[in-house]
Amino acid sequence: MPTAGETAFDIQNLNCWYGDRQALFNISLSIPDRRITALIGPSGCGKSTFIRCLNRINDLIAGCRVEGQVLYKKENLYAPGIEAISIRYRIGMVFQKPNPFPKSIYDNIAYGPLIWGVKRGPQLDAIVEESLKKAAIWDEVKDKLQQNAQALSGGQQQRLCIARALAVEPEALLLDEPCSALDPIATAKIEELLLALKKTYTIVIVTHNMQQAARVSDVTGFFLLGELVEFGETGQIFTNPKDRRTEDYITGRFG
Amino acid sequence: MSLQTAALERVIVRRRYADRLFRICAVLMLLIAIGTLATLLVDVFMAGAGRLSWQFVSSFPSRKPEQAGALSAIVGTLYMMTLTALFAFPIGVASAIYLEEYARRTWYARVIEVNIANLAGVPSIIYGLLGLELFVRAMRFDRSLLSGSLTMALLVLPIIIISSREALRSVPGSLREGSYALGASRWQTIWHQVLPLAFPGILTGSILAFSRAIGEASPLITIGALTYIAFLPDSLLSPFTALPIQIFNWVSRPQAGFHVNAAAAILVLLVILLLMNAAAVYLRQRYQKRLSF
Repeated sequence: MPTAGETAFDIQNLNCWYGDRQALFNISLSIPDRRITALIGPSGCGKSTFIRCLNRINDLIAGCRVEGQVLYKKENLYAPGIEAISIRYRIGMVFQKPNPFPKSIYDNIAYGPLIWGVKRGPQLDAIVEESLKKAAIWDEVKDKLQQNAQALSGGQQQRLCIARALAVEPEALLLDEPCSALDPIATAKIEELLLALKKTYTIVIVTHNMQQAARVSDVTGFFLLGELVEFGETGQIFTNPKDRRTEDYITGRFG
Repeated sequence: MSLQTAALERVIVRRRYADRLFRICAVLMLLIAIGTLATLLVDVFMAGAGRLSWQFVSSFPSRKPEQAGALSAIVGTLYMMTLTALFAFPIGVASAIYLEEYARRTWYARVIEVNIANLAGVPSIIYGLLGLELFVRAMRFDRSLLSGSLTMALLVLPIIIISSREALRSVPGSLREGSYALGASRWQTIWHQVLPLAFPGILTGSILAFSRAIGEASPLITIGALTYIAFLPDSLLSPFTALPIQIFNWVSRPQAGFHVNAAAAILVLLVILLLMNAAAVYLRQRYQKRLSF
């Protein structure tokens, strides 16, 4: 297990079901604070399900049931009395397909702060500007903040979604295959951005792209059929995997 | 090889014939549908257009056909539809939001669902009977504007719920997730993200439902709305009449003059209907936001 960084998420025996179908089997791992953790594995192996348990957005799916413990900073996210809403305030999420709201660029970023009680005015303007700068998209959009966000390119939309997530000042950021719909240039920009963000945020990224995992992450977990096969330092996973299945997957023998 | 080509040719020719045949059939059906409607409209127009005048829309009913007018019916219809919309729209949209956004997919949610779908197909006279029993008798609203609009509200409610749900369902789930991921509550997500996008669809469906209700005579006749009203309704509980009832009444008179009046009243009803539909189109265009999903 990695020692770099304190533990942000401590997951113990996590099981998840969609209806009768079990999607996750006894997952236990700890995700380090202010590092990038990559989750790799073939489609349908449970990586997305897993990451969606970390901010309880799976609660919204009818028939989804979660058992086990997810501790974030020693706090059990699934303890009774814990509001999913406040978890999502602290743990932001970016989705596979860029999903900007059909509103202006400004309003996309402002939405989070507004629902959390920031009033319109100079303070909100500052938050919007700062978030867009953090997501490295400010220079591209500063002259068209009132334009519809859906007119942006896919890569810009995804960085906008990252900016939107940062606007509520979360501590952690979950990214569910954020680059799968983007071209290599836009992907490179996002990766650069993630490396800059990991100084301040705990980042968990699900990816199909093994080069991406190798490039950006400090720690990597390999999922297969709902189980965590191997979890460790990225360098070790990619150069000297302990499990045969991990080796087969990263060398492209299946998947 | 050439034999195969010839066979292929035959197949293609046959398909082309079938295609053409189907097209002719479809056009024919369309002509029948439009032709019937056009005949009806032209017939009504020929009979009633000459009778349309300021006098006709500004006079109360009368025993003499040439002095009679549709004022109380027009005003009654407008009042009733406004009230119907006030009752049915909020309840219908709220029900749709509950069923679509809040209710879990349990067996009773499905029972409600099936029931609403069935209610949309119940004959309007049944709603009239319900209104008679519930509003006129049990609640003692008598044969008032209030009873009429509540009955009409019941009639359009299932259609509003169904079309609103359809509109809500068309909002992509990714937008909801985007909102929830920021820590928005269910209501914030619905109010700020889902409703603005679903609104044009909800509006269109609702106005179509009201367009159906505006031409309904049977529920109003069942609850006993009057046919001869020489005053305008001045409160929710005053008696009233509406255009379909006035038309029904005039058509059933023996004098030819009243038949002309009926045709003219139908034209008035059609104009109101067209205005409502025009409003629906306008509002939809106005609120439609471009979605690039």
